[in-house]
This record gives sequence, C-alpha cells and structure tokens, in this order.
Amino acid sequence: MKTTLTSFAPSRRAVLTGMGAGLIAGSAGLVRPVWAQAAPLKLGFQLHATGIGASYGRWYQRTADAALKKINEAGGIGGRPVEIVYEDDGTDPARGAEVVDKLNSQHGCDLIFGTLFSHVVMGSAPRAGELKVPYLVCSEGYHVASGALNRWTLQPGITDVRSQISSMAPWVAGNLGKKVTMFFPDYAFGYDHRDFFTKAIEAQGGQVVAQIAIPPTETSYTRYFAQIPAETEVLYHVMVGPGVLTFVKELGEFYGSGAKPQLFGFIDSLEAVDTATPGLEFLEGSHFWEAHPRVKPADAGAAEGDYRAAVGVDDNGASVADAKDVATYSHMFSAWETLYFIKQAVEASGYAGVADRQKLVEAMEAISDLPYGIERPQGAKVFNGKTHQAFGSQNISKIEGGKLVKVHTTTIDEGKYDDAVDYTTMSF
Amino acid sequence: MSFGPFLLLALMEGLVSAAVLALMASGLSLVFGVMRVVNVAHGAFFMTGAVLAWFVAGHVPGPPVWGWLAALVVVPPMVGLMAAAVDTLVLKRLEYEPEAVIVATIGLLYILEQAALIGFGPDARPVAAPFSLRLQLPWFGYSGYKLFVVAAAGLVLLALWLVMTRTRFGLVMRATQVDRTTARAFGINVDRVYAGTFGLGAALAAVAAVLVVPTTQVHYLMGGDPLLLSFITVIIGGLGSLRGTLVAALIIGLSDGVISMFWAPTLSKIIATLLVALVLVFRPQGLFGAKA
Repeated sequence: MKTTLTSFAPSRRAVLTGMGAGLIAGSAGLVRPVWAQAAPLKLGFQLHATGIGASYGRWYQRTADAALKKINEAGGIGGRPVEIVYEDDGTDPARGAEVVDKLNSQHGCDLIFGTLFSHVVMGSAPRAGELKVPYLVCSEGYHVASGALNRWTLQPGITDVRSQISSMAPWVAGNLGKKVTMFFPDYAFGYDHRDFFTKAIEAQGGQVVAQIAIPPTETSYTRYFAQIPAETEVLYHVMVGPGVLTFVKELGEFYGSGAKPQLFGFIDSLEAVDTATPGLEFLEGSHFWEAHPRVKPADAGAAEGDYRAAVGVDDNGASVADAKDVATYSHMFSAWETLYFIKQAVEASGYAGVADRQKLVEAMEAISDLPYGIERPQGAKVFNGKTHQAFGSQNISKIEGGKLVKVHTTTIDEGKYDDAVDYTTMSF
Repeated sequence: MSFGPFLLLALMEGLVSAAVLALMASGLSLVFGVMRVVNVAHGAFFMTGAVLAWFVAGHVPGPPVWGWLAALVVVPPMVGLMAAAVDTLVLKRLEYEPEAVIVATIGLLYILEQAALIGFGPDARPVAAPFSLRLQLPWFGYSGYKLFVVAAAGLVLLALWLVMTRTRFGLVMRATQVDRTTARAFGINVDRVYAGTFGLGAALAAVAAVLVVPTTQVHYLMGGDPLLLSFITVIIGGLGSLRGTLVAALIIGLSDGVISMFWAPTLSKIIATLLVALVLVFRPQGLFGAKA
C-alpha cells in the first residue's frame, strides 16, 4: 500500500515541487477575483471520465459544474468559495481507491463525492474509511443502506435500488402482469435488482419465473432469449453499458410483431441513448422507471426549468448544444443534490478544515428533511442519518411516439423499508 | 423452447460469432505469420473501423444500404493505409524487435482509443443495417442480416485465400514469410511487403467491423473482447496459419454459442482459455502451425 510523506522535514523534491507549484499558483493568483481571499473549500470528485461509465461521467461533470457555478454566484459555502477537483477513475475499482488517496492526500480535498458505478464505490469506500475522509456517493446501490460500508460513506443525493424497486413493484404487478422474467447484469448492481424485485413482486402475489444474468461484457443477447419461459407476462430488464441498443434490437428480432410479453425496464438501460433511435421501435408502448423524467412532464415543478437551463438540457432531455447528445438525466441530478447537501452540512457544522471532518459527518447524519426546490430538482427527499441513505419519489414513464411520457409517480413512503444498519453507533 | 430449436439457435449464434472471429483473427495471424509481429492494437483497428463506418454511413444520404456500402468500400482501405503508415513510421524504426513492437502497439491501442473517446465520444451509437430482413422460424425470429454476415465473411476469407495463393502479391508475401533475407536478395522490397501486410491485417479487422456494426453498436471500448478472442483463436489455430485460424474460429465460435446457451457464458470463456493453456502446453505451435 502507498503511504504519503507527511514528515515535517520536507525532502528536496518536495521543496522543489512546492516551489514550482507556488510559482504556478502565484501567477494564477494574479488574475483571480478579489473575493477569493478566503481559502476555498476543495471538493474532490471521483469522475468516470473514461471506461464504461464515460457517458455518465461527462454529464456528472457538467451537472456538478453547473451547481458549483450557482453556489459560487450565491456566495459560496459558508462564505468560502468552492472548487471541485475532478480526478478520473477509469470506472475501475482499483483505480478508484487510488483516486480517493490522490484527492485526499495530494490535492488536499475536504471531502470526496460523485461516484456512480457500484463496483467503484465498493472498491473505494474502504479506503475513504481508512483515510477518514467523508465520501458521498451517487450510485443508487443498496451497499450504503445495507451496512456493508462505513461511517464515512453516505448517499444523500439519490434513492437506492432497493427502495426504487419496492415502490415500483406494486405498479408492475397491478398494471403489467404477475409472471416476470428478469434480465440483469451479472454483478452486484444486478443482484440488488434480482433479490429485491423477486421479493417485492412476491409480496404483490406475483412471481419471478426466470432470472437471467448477463455478463457485463456481453455483446450479443439472442442466445439468452431462448431461456424466457413461454408463460412470461412481463420482461423486466435492467442493463448497463454499451450493449443496450443491441439488447433491444435483438429482442425485437426475436419476437417480431407476434405475441410478446409486456416490457418494463430501468432507464439505466437507455441513459444517454435517444429513445427515437432507429432499431428501438420495439420499445414503443413499453414502460420505464425514471428517477427524474427525461422529457419534461406537463406537471413539472417550479425548479425544473431553472435546473434544465443551468445544466444545459432541453425539454427532451438532450444537450441544448447538440440534440443528439442525450443526458443521463435520471442519475445526474444526484451530483447536483449532493453538492447542495454538502453546502447544508458544511454550513450547519461550522466546518473549517480537515480537522472538522468528524463534525461534518455528524452534521450530515443530523439532516433529515430535504424539501423540493432548486437544491433538489428531482423532488423532495428524506435523509435517514442512521442508514446514510436518502429516499425520494420515483416515476414510471411510457414510450409513446418514441418519447418517454411520465404516467405515474410514487410517494416517498412507498419506497421505505426497515433500517438494516445504524452507522451512527459505529466509531469513526 | 424444446431441444431442437434451442440447438439451432445456439448454432446460428455460434456461426455468426465464428465468422466475425475468423475475419478478425486472420488479420492478426497474417501479420504474425509474415512479420512475426504481435499486434496488440488489432482490436483498436477494429474499433477504428467501426467508428469510421458510423461516420461514413452517417454522411451518405438516402436509404441505409448506401451508407453501409460506402462504409464497406471506403473504411477498410482507410484503416489499412493508416496501419501501413504506422508500420513505416513506427514499427520499421523499431526494427520489428518483438518486445518493442508489443509496447509500441499497446501505445497505439491507447492512442486510438482515447482519440475515439475525444472525437467520437463515450456513448454507444448504432449504424443502420443495410436491409432489415427478419426470418420468422416456427419457434423464433432471427435477423436475416446476421446470416448475411456469415456469407460475407466467408467470401472475404475466400478472397484472402485466393490473394495469398494465386496472386503475385501473395507469392511475395509468402516468400518474405519463409525467409526475409533471401526474399530481399531476390529483389523483393521487404519494407513495402511489411507495410502492405500490416495494412491488410488492419483492413481485415475493419471489414469485420463494418460487417458486425449493424448487429451491435459502435463504442470506443469495443475492441477489447474481439482482441482477446482473436488471440485465443490464433494461438489455438497456430500463429501464421490461415487454415488453423479458420478451424479454430469455428471451434471457438460454435462452442461458445452452444456452451453459453446450454450452460453459462462464463463457462464457455473458461473452456476457451483452458484450451489455450492446453494447446500451449502440449502443442505450442498450435493445431496447424509449423514448428518454429
């Protein structure tokens, strides 16, 4: 394991590096605005800039930058200007742990946030715990609320998979059918879906008739369709990664225009993908879970327009600069909301520097009510300080004319479940 | 679904992957056979071919068939020329030293991947199939285009075999493969043969990419898996042996189709890798390779 030099007698190299860095920082300082006199709050962002998460990473960065701009324009956090240090983790767990180290020790960040892919979270959270740096993930995984991680890891900006699924299942059983075949990725994120949906649909008197796990690197899916039992009423699919279009296209070829089950998917399958893409016609009339409806619903809240304008997304969920650049709209709000959560906790705790990190986490745990507004454009949330997890409402949309149209919204209470852990009793 | 149709679907799927694999691996095998160069960037050439196919197809108006045909005509020579330039500018200067060439092609792989990430972006994008024929069998439907891929790959491989055995270029290539120094003594421009071979190998990967792209989608990381499978195929078949490559591609493709459908996809990967280990232990030159 790598250790960082923190001795008081700096090495010659450290002195030289410091002098070089000082020169650069000094010359940059000449053009800085005057208000930058208070030391900025430095937030580390573990970014999926490359690797399979790159589509998400691009939008997470844009969203975080937009929130940062808004916060700094309104006076920063606790009167201090804020900067975000982005560090690419290649969507790779091993690299993720190194990035945590780097952001903490080299960049001297006050905390780290922004991680999406669950395997990177699993790889990085233990290191964040060892370094005692607050680590705020945006990953949907149940790993935070399950108790698998540590006191330093929180998920305040997005509802976890278990909650999403529990609130969805009654609607699926009531409107689409009770005999379900599941397609899910063959790793932790997929297993959350498998386990919790199977339980949730059984609670509704339904049944999962087949569970088909797909390896994450798969590029051809027809072979798996042969395993779909004929009695299937609903095909539940959640796929992540570049193979999604192929999955849907091959499903269309397999069933053709004949009898087919109802389709219910998680939008993860189609994040950053235009639903009107040729080859996706097969999805017409099918339903998707969305956290944050990509196509602006008619009954959207007051903050929706401002949020879209800030992150540069039009009413169809694509970039205002390029209509083909579709946002990862149902996930990226978590980067925004997490940043505002940080603001709230830093200001409540009177956080001044890394020595106050423990106080900061305690202040986060004390937060519970997160009302709707520009700070939380996806919707109001309730934060559970014991399980370190936020809960919000979910949406179901139907594809009509190649567009996602919102048809149902759940309540926050529908997604609640009993606490599996109390992190506040764990030591720091 | 009963056993018969299940097996049929498995074999059809296996045949498609075998066809694409044979095209990819024959390029890799050719380059190794003639030049003794292990080209780690082969998968990146495949990916580059797919990205260019997406670009070309997107800029040709009219029905998708024109865009696809244009890609098929334009893209392989483009990728081939690029590879030939790499050979002349980089590999030749390293004097084809094996370790240096491996490192250089790894570098090339990263350059191509990151260039695609910067220029093309991180999203997966589709290329429309030239025709959308769907075969309705009594048990399931199947893409007619996929069967066309098998036929087209067969034709390209046949053409490659004819070039190697019936043309002057093929003769010169084989002569260089047998003995580089003697070939040079007979007035063969070995530098040009090497550049041509490296270009041809990359062009074959690009042909595979143009063929396969309508059934999958373009993504900047799509070269990784085909590269791995190509190496497996080439090692089992014997480096430098076209016939061995073809046989190995059929074995790998069909067994992958059947094993992954009847058991698990991971098992088929385990078996393929195990097969490589066994071949390396008991027959290091591969099934059809000549003893070094």
